[in-house]
Amino acid sequence: MKILVCLKQVPHQDARLDIDGAGTWIKEDGIKFEINSYDTFALEEALRIKDAGEAEVVVVSIGPDRVTQALRTALGMGADRAIHVKDAEIDGSDTLGIAKVLAAVAKEESPDLVLMGLMSDDGNASAVPPMMAELMGVPSATAVMKATPEGDGYRCERELEGGALEVVDLAKPCLIAVQSGLNQVRYASLKGIMAAKKKPMDTKSAGDLGLSGVVGAAGAKAQIEKIYAPVRGEGAEIIEGSTDEVVTQLVGKIKELGLL
Amino acid sequence: MSQDPLNSPEHELFRETVRRFTEEELRPRAREFDEMGRFDTSLFKKMGDLGMLGLRYDPKYGGAGLDWSYSAVMFEELGRADNAGVTMGISVHTDMATPSLAEFGSEELKQQFLVPSIAGDMLSAIAVTEPDAGSDVSGIRTRAVRDGDEWVINGSKIYITNAATADWLCLLAVTNPDAGYGGFTQIIVPTDAPGFRYELLDKIGNWGSDTGQLFFEDVRVPVANTIGEIGRGFQQQMMQFQDERLVACVSAIAGSSMLWEETRSWAEERILFGKPLSKMQNTQFKMVELYTQLTAAKELVNTCVRKRVAGEDATNLITMAKLFCGGVCRRVADECIQFHGGYGYMKESMAGRAFVDSRLISIGGGSDETMLFYMAKQLGF
Repeated sequence: MKILVCLKQVPHQDARLDIDGAGTWIKEDGIKFEINSYDTFALEEALRIKDAGEAEVVVVSIGPDRVTQALRTALGMGADRAIHVKDAEIDGSDTLGIAKVLAAVAKEESPDLVLMGLMSDDGNASAVPPMMAELMGVPSATAVMKATPEGDGYRCERELEGGALEVVDLAKPCLIAVQSGLNQVRYASLKGIMAAKKKPMDTKSAGDLGLSGVVGAAGAKAQIEKIYAPVRGEGAEIIEGSTDEVVTQLVGKIKELGLL
Repeated sequence: MSQDPLNSPEHELFRETVRRFTEEELRPRAREFDEMGRFDTSLFKKMGDLGMLGLRYDPKYGGAGLDWSYSAVMFEELGRADNAGVTMGISVHTDMATPSLAEFGSEELKQQFLVPSIAGDMLSAIAVTEPDAGSDVSGIRTRAVRDGDEWVINGSKIYITNAATADWLCLLAVTNPDAGYGGFTQIIVPTDAPGFRYELLDKIGNWGSDTGQLFFEDVRVPVANTIGEIGRGFQQQMMQFQDERLVACVSAIAGSSMLWEETRSWAEERILFGKPLSKMQNTQFKMVELYTQLTAAKELVNTCVRKRVAGEDATNLITMAKLFCGGVCRRVADECIQFHGGYGYMKESMAGRAFVDSRLISIGGGSDETMLFYMAKQLGF
């Protein structure tokens, strides 16, 4: 059993973010990064499968040198080996480009199961998992709250709107994109951190994956036009008084606007 | 360029682990620990599992066999627990009560007390200060009199951290009142020994730690509980103090840095006379001054850590660092209260708590005056 876990490194949730000069991304200098929170739950799920039986856990991440920190953390938590895809040619890729890179890694590794987070804390697109599954030609499920072995695959409980759950069965090989909070993510122990020093980490380029000229800004169908902080609005009206008074006035305002 | 001995990839990973532990297990419960007047000791087991309680100790006893740089990383992050008392309770266990045992203890003592302490199954306290002997350690009176294969202990200790929660004490007692500095001995006293009791003390700060007075009335422990040589306790304790002081500096500066950051955020949000407090020159100048002080303190502490990592004597620098950091932390707390105005005077505010917590840095582990007295001698006065 081989499990491939896709990890994205994102700015730390407490980092002070400033927009870069081009206005299309944030200034990355001097801020801390961490593993995308959704992906940590995917990693924990993979490690639990490993703990329960025979499984090799391989982690992969795309990005500059700093992403080795995320991969080392995963190795410290118990993953067996890491793949760092590092190539300036990949910079500026859209979600499809990233999915192509990850699918190419998956093609080389032939995992029985791919685990990843439903979305990233920074991009919030939720696009890469289904795209990657399509490129791999394997079944997938997103927003998975629980995955249990069933026959030759996994029975997944997906979170739907309004708190409803949907149950789907996936035959292996398959891809599962997890929702946050489905497990308690372990810490990397000091013993694990020291053991990680001896675990292998391969570096691959776009060329190594047969993707030269296919990914990156040139091949992107979507490009970031600009990012900006929301402009602070003005003219908010504060309704004061007792609860009854406030509710009465609020209903009046809504009626005034023709919304009721 | 050679690798910074304080900043390898492994240091960063360990920092990440301690930071997560602090953010998930300690900071959300910081006020709960204040209410409890102590730390949730069940978290010690978790810390033991993560390898946090024996960083510099021999792997043979469950330690990690690492150097001081990892201790510095750990207390930089634990210092951000928003509860100085909790950080103090942990550091008493890892760096104040156990170093002598690890360095000088017999194999049997290490198996009995060090192994479970590193695993998080036992908690320790350091029992040195007495009602009539604080920084003047040589003035202590608690006596241990030999009776066959046992020590019979009588006396009292005061201001002892982990008083209620400790499973064992690293006690400094007088074993030969006529031998001067050669008349003291370090003895391990299990807190379930008959004749031992404690009373908790009500402190003005550091509410998350259980501080108390200890009483020993004909407490009997085996002579085999002696740490190192009989009569070498004073010297061993002085060595143990160096770790205590450096750990206190690391965590205190980390806590003050967090307060500075919190105050900056407050100043950016707080609108006064139509503009944020942070846009006023007085705020900017004072914040820069505090930042400068904190940076200087951090660099001094890092120099101490580098010396400890290199195995060099750092006694003078640690002494000066303790003196300097205490002053910096007190000033940061005082100025940050001022920026917060009335809210800063509330117990719930970080600045308000830091104001009372930081006062201890210039007292515990040897007062400022003890540091000054020592350095005056070193400088030939």
